[in-house]
Amino acid sequence: MNEDRNTRFDRRREALRAMGDDELKARFWELTNQVVAPIVELAKTHTSPSIERSILLRMGVDSVSSHGVVQRILDAGLLGKGAGHVVLKVSQRRGVDVRAAAQAILDDASVLDGLF
Amino acid sequence: MKKAPNVQEKLDIEAILEGLEGYHPPRKGWTWRTKPEGGLDMGPFHYRDMSLPLKRSIGLPASKYFDHIDPQPACVVTTEIASGRFEDDIRRMRMAAWHGADHLMVIRTTGQSHIDGLLEGTPEGIGGVPITRKQIRASRKACDLIEAEVGRPINFHSYVSGVAGPEVAVLFAEEGINGAHQDPQYNVLYRNVNMYRSFVDAAEAKRVMAGARIFQIDGAHNANATAKAGWLVMPELMVQHGINCAYSVAVGMDKALIGLSTVPPNSPPAPKLWFDLPYAVALRDFFSEYKMRAQQNTRYIEADIEEATRTHTVDTLISMLTRADIQSTITPDEGRNVPWHYNNIRGVQTVKQTWAALDGIQELLSLRHDGPLGEMVRDIKERSVAFLEEVLEVGGYFAAVERGFFVDSAKYPERNGDGIARDGNGGVGAGSLVARDPDYMAPVCDHFGENHLPSGTAKACDPIGGCTLCNPAKIVFIDELDPDDNCHKRLEKTLPYRKGGRIRPEAEWAGDGTVLIQLFVPENEDIAPVYAVEMARKMGLADPEVIHTMVLHPAEGCFVEVKGKVGFDIDRATLKIPEKETLLPEQELRDAVKAVGLKVVAATVGEDEHSVGLREILDIKHGGIEKYGVRYHYLGTSVPVDKLVDAAVETGAHAILISTIISHNDVHRAQMRKLAELCVEKGIRDRVVLVAGGTQVHREMARETGMDATFGRGTKGLHVVNAMVKVLKARGAV
Repeated sequence: MNEDRNTRFDRRREALRAMGDDELKARFWELTNQVVAPIVELAKTHTSPSIERSILLRMGVDSVSSHGVVQRILDAGLLGKGAGHVVLKVSQRRGVDVRAAAQAILDDASVLDGLF
Repeated sequence: MKKAPNVQEKLDIEAILEGLEGYHPPRKGWTWRTKPEGGLDMGPFHYRDMSLPLKRSIGLPASKYFDHIDPQPACVVTTEIASGRFEDDIRRMRMAAWHGADHLMVIRTTGQSHIDGLLEGTPEGIGGVPITRKQIRASRKACDLIEAEVGRPINFHSYVSGVAGPEVAVLFAEEGINGAHQDPQYNVLYRNVNMYRSFVDAAEAKRVMAGARIFQIDGAHNANATAKAGWLVMPELMVQHGINCAYSVAVGMDKALIGLSTVPPNSPPAPKLWFDLPYAVALRDFFSEYKMRAQQNTRYIEADIEEATRTHTVDTLISMLTRADIQSTITPDEGRNVPWHYNNIRGVQTVKQTWAALDGIQELLSLRHDGPLGEMVRDIKERSVAFLEEVLEVGGYFAAVERGFFVDSAKYPERNGDGIARDGNGGVGAGSLVARDPDYMAPVCDHFGENHLPSGTAKACDPIGGCTLCNPAKIVFIDELDPDDNCHKRLEKTLPYRKGGRIRPEAEWAGDGTVLIQLFVPENEDIAPVYAVEMARKMGLADPEVIHTMVLHPAEGCFVEVKGKVGFDIDRATLKIPEKETLLPEQELRDAVKAVGLKVVAATVGEDEHSVGLREILDIKHGGIEKYGVRYHYLGTSVPVDKLVDAAVETGAHAILISTIISHNDVHRAQMRKLAELCVEKGIRDRVVLVAGGTQVHREMARETGMDATFGRGTKGLHVVNAMVKVLKARGAV
């Protein structure tokens, strides 16, 4: 394997040697962008408890409550909707503000039933 | 800018803590220094690569010889602070800012990167401070005061990493943090956070940072702090920098706010330049659109502070030969303890001193790219491109991490097999990602990725009537969660040292009592440190510990540094502080000199051939007494005291000035007494003013030696004239 890697490196190197400095730099960035492209796609289409908590923070929910709320939404299988989305929906349904909606979820997770 | 605090008073921490619930930062985003076009004139010099000076600052020790100028490098200068208590951090920030730091980085407490969420309150940290809203607000509020005092914006900095990255980024954006580390690779490699989670979180965190114009620094330099042979991992470092830069740009960051954290990887006795210079050049070529945050080397630094400083001087030289937008400093004691107050200042001084010495170096010297340098640069570049090709060949970044591509200590493509390999299904937060549903929505600003807002939504946070980034009034401030572990309890204990007139030395915290003793022990390295501890104990120091031993000769002895704690306080009111000498106005002095026709005789006395100090006191060209109209008769060096007295009588001098430098066995005191006695004997004591000076002399020596005035280091002619005129006035002679 090691032998093989070194041989392949030598071959690569030969091709790279033929490039001018600018061409080599362009190649570096072209490859780097290729490496990150699928990761950017992963990030666009996925979320995490921390991302969702950060959204609740931005909605004016405190750090301690956002923890519990995201956990409940995750347990209810609704994190894919977005925790902010869920809290907003609860607030609209119940005619209360965002903080009260977050508190309602903390008080009784059943408010999440049949939300979507 | 806010009103500056009183320079003569300590920061009032209690006042800073007041009203924090309603505090919001007056400005957000990163600030660079202002470098005037065409350079800068300061004192007797023209500078080419300096920024505007500070309103208040403390210059290098030698600045007193150059009109007290304090030239400030064109680059931002960083210092890292890690006391574990924000209330002590902010005092150190103020001191560092006065010496020229404008990028104040606060290290997080150990383990915070594994805490799944935000911390609140002000608990005490270990090796850093728990980063919380209250800690940030209090620190940022202190920075507002400090920047008003020094007259330059302070960039306050911390870390967005770990499993709560997005939340920390929101906290930073809300609270006006100006710079932050953010690099998902750091989490993966060094914190074992699950790789998928780390990158997905990073996208959100970076977008939030971009919205608040927070400057980003990456984490690639940790590879040469971790790999056994840090200087061999250069191709990989290029790749790590590249991945974080490209990822950051892809999620919406401005290139102007993306910095590479780069360290010259090698250290003497290695031929440092042959490794560090080609690497620095290669990096700056490939990353010409990005900012360089040049860090100093820590990999090979241990207990020797001077060694660290010397290496850091060369590191700064490399920055200046290439490019640094931010020059970070490492406290020279980092290898032996959590940095102490004054070592932050020393680190900043190393950069300030080097930058001033080498100002405009690129106008005088240029790098030779047509020799070995060009070949080495090209080699690093080609290896880094080949590294990327292999990453793609094995299936991309995540596959490469699983195979241990990173932090292997061999030079690519060689492998030592000691790289850090991570399992894609393992690590902290593994399995915690959730796919976004087709109707996923996040009704807030600066959110990254798919977001299905109601059609017709103009601004993402419209559905909730504004988010905290648009309306800070919505931010929820939590004060303290722990009734015992908080700053208020700590501040009660340190109150005597801050406001109660009690004094204890300190290294990190108010009242910690830490002192360092340096000594030479004429014993070998087994005995010397044991002796030092015993000595410190007998001196009454608690917890004595040797933190550095340097062998000077295997048998002749060692230099040892031992630290310990002072267990007692001294009340400031019991100290007899000598009154500051007030100088009469220069015109008044000149008039008095003229009125009496002031004449003096002067000489260096005893067996002393030194004359420099006295000549400076006398000569007009050094601003000596001649400048004020005093006529002098200089008798030379090694002059017997009686000859001086005779000369005074002969010439009708009003004063006798003696200088003594070498002063073993108290020779200087004896000479002074002898002079006074002789004058009494000859009956001229009330007619002459007796003045003595020298490096071992100080102002308090006059009375015991029978002199009218005595002077030590740093004395100018003005001080001597002032003293003579005052005595003459008191005698009614003028």
